[in-house]
Amino acid sequence: MTRQYTADHEWVEVDGDIATVGITRYAADKLGDVVYVDLPAPGSSVTASTVVGEIESTKSVGELFAPVDGEVLEANQAVVDDPGSINADADAAWLIRVRFTSLPELLTAEQYAELTAE
Amino acid sequence: MTQTADSPPLHTPLEAVHTALGVSFTDFAGWRMPVSYSSGLAEHAAVRAAAGLFDLSHMAEIAVIGPQAAAALDAALADPVSGIANGRAKYTLLENGEGGILDDLIVYRTGDDRFLVVANAGNRHVVADALRTRAGGFDCVVEDETDDIALIALQGPLSEEILRNVEGFEIPELDGLGYYRSTSGDFRGHGVFVARTGYTGEDGFEFSVAPEAAEALWTAVLETGEGSGLKPAGLAARDTLRLEAGMPLYGHELDATTHREGTGRTARLVRDGRVLVGLAGEGRRAGRAGYAVLRAGDAVGEITSGALSPTLGHPIAMAFVDAALAEPGTALTVDVRGTELPVTVVDLPFYRRPKEHA
Repeated sequence: MTRQYTADHEWVEVDGDIATVGITRYAADKLGDVVYVDLPAPGSSVTASTVVGEIESTKSVGELFAPVDGEVLEANQAVVDDPGSINADADAAWLIRVRFTSLPELLTAEQYAELTAE
Repeated sequence: MTQTADSPPLHTPLEAVHTALGVSFTDFAGWRMPVSYSSGLAEHAAVRAAAGLFDLSHMAEIAVIGPQAAAALDAALADPVSGIANGRAKYTLLENGEGGILDDLIVYRTGDDRFLVVANAGNRHVVADALRTRAGGFDCVVEDETDDIALIALQGPLSEEILRNVEGFEIPELDGLGYYRSTSGDFRGHGVFVARTGYTGEDGFEFSVAPEAAEALWTAVLETGEGSGLKPAGLAARDTLRLEAGMPLYGHELDATTHREGTGRTARLVRDGRVLVGLAGEGRRAGRAGYAVLRAGDAVGEITSGALSPTLGHPIAMAFVDAALAEPGTALTVDVRGTELPVTVVDLPFYRRPKEHA
């Protein structure tokens, strides 16, 4: 499975019609210490590029955008219980799994690296 | 010279050290300053449990020197400072003609005719200009020494123990140096102004030293304390520490529309008829600066600073609320991005350090 990215600093892993979504290490570093995560309930339907959750750090509030249209299958309770796991390993701390109806064009790792290069 | 968004940032003399430590920087009042080295939460916890080392070189240091320095400051500031003894310090305010707050300050008396005024970085020129103007009729000079002083703070319960073990740092009068007192020391041939003050709610020290000695002093203190849990700490930790300690921050709890009413323990901050209070919540979602405080659906106040308290584990905030609702125990709510969450008015500070000695 290749990992793809969004301009909203999320990573997306696609397996069949299921997308697993997390925030990037870059986003986690920018946010700082995450202390609260609010995720959509399983069963809820989401629309690409709309806000479906919150990732709150000691200093600011980040929004979780749905990268795809679809239905939330799972939200990662382990991250809700331990928000700091996003800072510890953002690449491993998946947030939601969505069964999507269509997959928009996403960024490659190279394109995302370019986006975040200063 | 006014620092604006277009001006190049001012650099602390410790920038190279921070960079080597892998810090993230932010622009703060025109200065490029450390936000956090690893994790603001870990730095916060280190200050509460052991100690943290802060670079505060952006803070403004303004000396007022001369036979009438005390009289000039009495005329210029919200509280008289002529009564404080040499080696003592006082927290006070600079107000405009209508009682609006231009800055909060710590004034150190360093001699019969010498005072050091420490002001916020963003108000450096406002404070220096006001002191110059107000001291105009007095026999004294006002010198902005900010660029000639690096300020390093060592804060936390182990501060004194660490300080005593720093090789080459001699502070003859450290014994018995109480809180809000100051003295002088010598670090490897460089004079150091040592003050037992801080902005974290913990015991601690602030060192003013020549910029060329800052790196050696920083490194020596850090290496001495690392084994005891001392961590370098940035502005993120400083903000949550001062919030827990109930200390106001200019631009949040203090501004020109805010007045202080009363003095001493009964003093309170008032803005637009509302009073500054503490709010304590439940869970993990914190109200933040600018969020509305509600009572039965009506706006009755506004948060000025808020965070999930790292030490207490629940949300805390400072807010201006209608005077009738300022009583501790009053139940209110905060509009956290569309969700009303319950909070209770509480006394400040939220956190008080445990007293080891009676």
